[in-house]
Amino acid sequence: MENLVLQALSGLASASSLFLVASGLTVIFGVSRVVNFAHGSFYMLGAYLAYTLVTQLPRGHLGFWGGVVGAALLVGLIGLAVEVLLLRRIYRAPELFQLLATFGVVLIVQELTQMVWGAQDLLGPRAPGLRGSTEILGLRFPLYELFLIGVGPVVLGLLLLLFHRTRWGTLVRAATQDREMVGALGVNQRMLFTSIFFLGSLLAGLGGALQLPRESVNLHMDLSIITEAFVVVVVGGLGSLTGAALAALLIGEMHAFGILIAPKITLVLVFLVMALVLVVRPHGLLGKPEAAARGGQGSAEPMIGPAPGPLRWLALTALGLAVVVPPFLGDYALSVLTELATAVLFAASLHLIMGPGGMASFGHAAYFGLGAYGAALAAQWLGAPMLVGLALAPLAAGVFGLVFGYFCVRLSGVYAAMLTLAFAQIAWSVAFQWVEVTGGDNGILGVWPDAWAAPKLVFYYLALALCLGATLLLRRVVHAPFGYALRAQRDSALRAEAIGINAFRIRWLGFALAAAAAGIAGGLFAYGKGSVFPTFMGIPRSVDALLMVLLGGVQTLSGPIIGALAFTGLQEQLVRLTDLWRLILGAVIVALVLFFPQGLAGAARARWEARHGDA
Amino acid sequence: MLQVAGLSAYYGRAHILDDVALDVGGGEVVVLLGRNGAGKSTTMKAIMGLVPPSAGNVRFAGAEIGGREPFEIARLGLGYVPEERRIFTGLSVMENLEVGRRPATAGLRPWTPERLFALFPSLGAMRDRPGGRMSGGEQQMLTIARTLMGNPRLILLDEPSEGLAPVVIERMAEAIRALKAEGLSILLSEQNLHFAQLVSDRATIIEKGRIRWSGSIAELLAADEVREQYLSV
Ligand SMILES: Nc1ncnc2c1ncn2[C@@H]1O[C@H](COP(=O)(O)OP(=O)(O)OP(=O)(O)O)[C@@H](O)[C@H]1O
Ligand SMILES: [Mg+2]
Repeated sequence: MENLVLQALSGLASASSLFLVASGLTVIFGVSRVVNFAHGSFYMLGAYLAYTLVTQLPRGHLGFWGGVVGAALLVGLIGLAVEVLLLRRIYRAPELFQLLATFGVVLIVQELTQMVWGAQDLLGPRAPGLRGSTEILGLRFPLYELFLIGVGPVVLGLLLLLFHRTRWGTLVRAATQDREMVGALGVNQRMLFTSIFFLGSLLAGLGGALQLPRESVNLHMDLSIITEAFVVVVVGGLGSLTGAALAALLIGEMHAFGILIAPKITLVLVFLVMALVLVVRPHGLLGKPEAAARGGQGSAEPMIGPAPGPLRWLALTALGLAVVVPPFLGDYALSVLTELATAVLFAASLHLIMGPGGMASFGHAAYFGLGAYGAALAAQWLGAPMLVGLALAPLAAGVFGLVFGYFCVRLSGVYAAMLTLAFAQIAWSVAFQWVEVTGGDNGILGVWPDAWAAPKLVFYYLALALCLGATLLLRRVVHAPFGYALRAQRDSALRAEAIGINAFRIRWLGFALAAAAAGIAGGLFAYGKGSVFPTFMGIPRSVDALLMVLLGGVQTLSGPIIGALAFTGLQEQLVRLTDLWRLILGAVIVALVLFFPQGLAGAARARWEARHGDA
Repeated sequence: MLQVAGLSAYYGRAHILDDVALDVGGGEVVVLLGRNGAGKSTTMKAIMGLVPPSAGNVRFAGAEIGGREPFEIARLGLGYVPEERRIFTGLSVMENLEVGRRPATAGLRPWTPERLFALFPSLGAMRDRPGGRMSGGEQQMLTIARTLMGNPRLILLDEPSEGLAPVVIERMAEAIRALKAEGLSILLSEQNLHFAQLVSDRATIIEKGRIRWSGSIAELLAADEVREQYLSV
């Protein structure tokens, strides 16, 4: 009994920390509608800056608390700078572009942090005056945890006061509902946005700084906290402060008791709860349906037409080269080309969901990974030959696509993106934590092709044939009646229903089909590498796929292909040439979003049309 | 006070306004009349900077405001009352007014919540009520009051009579006459000729995004064929 109470208390302490970060994320979203991936980076920066300040300042109360507050303020200023330099320019861009741009910031901050503080974990000092522990029900409980339990409600109270008792807060709440109208009443929205970013980032920095006495400071803090903060914010309802507090409580306690009951599946549990909440309440516990996004102007999506003549010739030439040249290449080049082929199919499959389907997926790597694990597990546990493994890959991915998709395609916008992310994280957690079956972090090794396909050249041709075949099939699907139905429901679900299209079923099937295609790519990737790892399903790989599609442009069929080639090629070169590849990749992402919001293929097409008159 | 000349505006590729010209003098009430979809709301949005004008000039109080941002235009003393009302539903009446509050304008008596409650008595009885729990008529009064809190010299009033009961329309007309008496200029958009003639000095008729007729209310009432052609349904 006493144990349970203590467990509940430590759950409260985690909930408090989680709430600090999530509250910042949710107020930023409420006003700017930007889902800020970099929020986790601000949290990490808060911890690092606090480490430096606290260890440099004189010891004692002033040094410690001054360091914590100073770090939070500094992070607030960094957030302000990011808003002014980057986000302010892309408020009108599509949601996924904004998400991507903030992910670029994540990469940049990671690299810079490593440059400044190094790769090793740092251990900060403990809080003066709160070093010891106290006795609760005869058991010892750390004082600092008790202090943290108090911080959450105090911050919540202060924020509620700020939002309900000041003019600034009133303006922010008004802008959360209708920012254009607030502007028409004479309020400078830019100031409002910048200040809300300052506040939100400050909260993230404070959350990070307060972790200093609790855990080591490391380079993985950003992505681990951001996924949890996303869960909290989405479960609570995007933009709702009290919702975030409730959700933080729920998730914090679930962690605490999950460890007691089923330590193996704590990660899965968290995302399962998020999925459940979203299925029952599509806008989170206290969220409101997204107002018909006022203030942003969406432009009508252009139709997908056949590729212009020259592009067709270019494609045929590239294909010719891909067939003729490889016999003259070495093994390394052949592996790279094989990887390129799978990347093309991976991107094309995501494109089906995003382009013609008009849905957002932030967890497409799940299906790539499920394909890879399907093939690898069959090889490992059943001794299945390669062709069986390759057949199982799309099957596994497709079946899970059907199951996950059943829930995901009911939602739209950010909530849909977050649910796909949640399912991907569930898949990832299972691969990561179910060590007996999946080997956990060590992955499954020795997934090699059968003897006949063992030569790199043969395997390359196999991969090329399968990926090309599947990509062309996806293209055909887009122009088949199914593809028209898919686009019809994207453009207007209501009108599509009126002409007898079952929008839900079409979206669902489209989602599953894309998942199966990603599974083929994953299976081939596994045999090409000879191994599978949980990272195949990680967030970074989902972002890779998004980058390929967005790089290429969502509204052209050639987009994902060009995007996959450009992205994989770029990454390959960067990793080889420089240690700073994350910095450069991040900067490239940011630059692309800023300068080519239509993607590369879109930009090329626009130039082409400008030069040759409107097609 | 407000002069619009050669104003043109697009929604995407659709050309909505073409060479719109109108002007409103100091202390004057001018009504922009036209059928559904004629371009009344778009004209107001283009003046306010909410729809970027593609060509033309908008001069307000001696300054060119075409192409400026809405908040800058509002700060110059141009108030906008949207047709859809766009009350902040999560905010109380008092908070809605607070969002609109701006410093006083020289030469005009500054608006306070109390003065506005005298103008719209029903609002005074529900100061703490969330905007989402008000009737359409109450919301219409609140949206006007909210804009007045900015102490504008001129307000763009987009179809204030829409969806209101006849009694409420009468009261709305009284309120508008009271505003005019304060020295406020008003550009009103209307389909309801009866309501328009109660409050306006002059009328301008718009049809398919072009100005078709301008003149005094008396002239309009005399010109049967004009009303027949552009306003009858
Ligand atoms: N957001 C928009 N996108 C595209 N077209 C629009 C949009 N808003 C209005 N339109 C079109 O512009 C034209 C003018 O519309 P506007 O709203 O200015 O008319 P109105 O005179 O105010 O009509 P009403 O009396 O119904 O309010 C109409 O043909 C309308 O269909
Ligand atoms: Mg209108």
